[in-house]
Amino acid sequence: MQDNGWNDFEIGAMLRSFDGAVSDIANTQQEDRAYSSSNSFTASVADWRIEKPVFNKDFCIDCQFCWIYCPDISIIARDKKMVGIDYDHCKGCGICVEVCPTNPKSLLMFIERADEDKALTEWPSKEEK
Amino acid sequence: MAEKMELREVEVWDGNHAAAQALRQVQVDVVAAYPITPSTPIVEGYAKFLADGYVEGEFVMVESEHAAMSGCIGASAAGGRVATATSSQGLALMVETLYQAAGMRLPIILNIVNRALAAPLNVNGDHSDMYLCRDSGWIQLNAFSPQGAYDLNFIAFKISEDHDIRIPSIINQDGFMTSHTAQGVATLDDDTAFNFVGEFKPMNDMLDLEHPVTHGVQAEEDWHFEHKARQHNDMMTKVMPKIEKTFAEFEALTGRKYSVVESYDMEDAELCVVCTGTSVETARVVATQLRADGIKAGVVGIRVFRPFPFEQIAAALDGIKAVAVLDRSAPGGAPGALFNEISSALYSRDNRPLISGYIYGLGGRDLTRAHLVDLYSELQANADAGKVLTPLQQFIGVRGPKLSYL
Repeated sequence: MQDNGWNDFEIGAMLRSFDGAVSDIANTQQEDRAYSSSNSFTASVADWRIEKPVFNKDFCIDCQFCWIYCPDISIIARDKKMVGIDYDHCKGCGICVEVCPTNPKSLLMFIERADEDKALTEWPSKEEK
Repeated sequence: MAEKMELREVEVWDGNHAAAQALRQVQVDVVAAYPITPSTPIVEGYAKFLADGYVEGEFVMVESEHAAMSGCIGASAAGGRVATATSSQGLALMVETLYQAAGMRLPIILNIVNRALAAPLNVNGDHSDMYLCRDSGWIQLNAFSPQGAYDLNFIAFKISEDHDIRIPSIINQDGFMTSHTAQGVATLDDDTAFNFVGEFKPMNDMLDLEHPVTHGVQAEEDWHFEHKARQHNDMMTKVMPKIEKTFAEFEALTGRKYSVVESYDMEDAELCVVCTGTSVETARVVATQLRADGIKAGVVGIRVFRPFPFEQIAAALDGIKAVAVLDRSAPGGAPGALFNEISSALYSRDNRPLISGYIYGLGGRDLTRAHLVDLYSELQANADAGKVLTPLQQFIGVRGPKLSYL
């Protein structure tokens, strides 16, 4: 699509979400959907993120708060279990960290270039009240 | 099912009622409107037909003309047959959304009852609002009478809704002179009218849940140019043949002939007035009167303003000695809008006529037969001299010292 000429587009400022017809899309997991190349799911729209959330599964209680509050559907969860973060779509807003209720938090913001394995070793310990 | 309405073969309708009847007969699904003088009776008429059971559809009352066209865009993207009407200040507020509708390739029909633009505030007819949306990417058809306002609505739906076209259409009619002047209008019965346009066929409609689409997307420097280029290409190559085909089909059905450029007494003409709207009919009366005196006068009426009939204008004016282009809008520091278009169509021709422009009729000022007689005599003088003897832009019908420029 990147190099389409003027005559290669369908008419109208219109993009298709999927290749071909779809049914029961609400009950189809994202990885099983036939997203079209013009759907933003197939592209990285996160290249201006400067801080990223890192997920530490050791402290997560699968409350799903991050999944519910994420404004960009970038928390990946399956069967009500937290799996990780979709770094192609996360903008780094930090809302998931803000709403995480565990102690210490299961999600923390690190600078974009931080190594994730190293970040996990630097995780703070439980905060005494 | 909507109730059918019995119509006489000829009804006495004004342009507004004629347009409203056409919207009923094609069974428009959605009208979103914010009424404004002098176009109000068009949407009011549709609302009454709806309330009385003569049309199955929906009338959406909105808070502005910007919202009216926005509602139309949503309804059209959802997959409905959509129309509305407006004038003047309302159109000015609507302009932003006109570009959206055209770029999104939604086949909306907009009846514009042409009216002056403030200030000073004025409800009467001129063409300032017509030219306001000339670059918006809409097809523009011009009615000269209530009959035209009625017929061109059917023609516009058929052109715009074609899946090869999918470009919205404006039907212009002169404020009050057409919109509020009752004349005989030859009608189509409900079935014939509907069948000429046919059932609406959706395309990429948002209510097709098996094929989800995003309408009105953003495209920056990487794709915007390609979309605009495609839109212009379709306007330049596909629309005019479709208009000519639809005019021919309409003539076969009704006997009423429309042409992209309406030539009157042009076969052996030496002098020609080019104008649009109700002035075309006035000019025809004067040209006929002058023919009786041996003056070879003709009239060219602009029926299709967008896409601009470049080739047809050049052909119609080929071999004419002197042409006057009449512009009914304040030119704002330039030659008249129509003058510029006609001049560009003629400039590269070997056999181009002498051309001069006139500004007239602003805010509903009458264009009289006497004005036109004087104008043709100036053209005769130009033709005899072999050059334009007057300034290229003159004002006619305005009080005070004579105004002329260029």
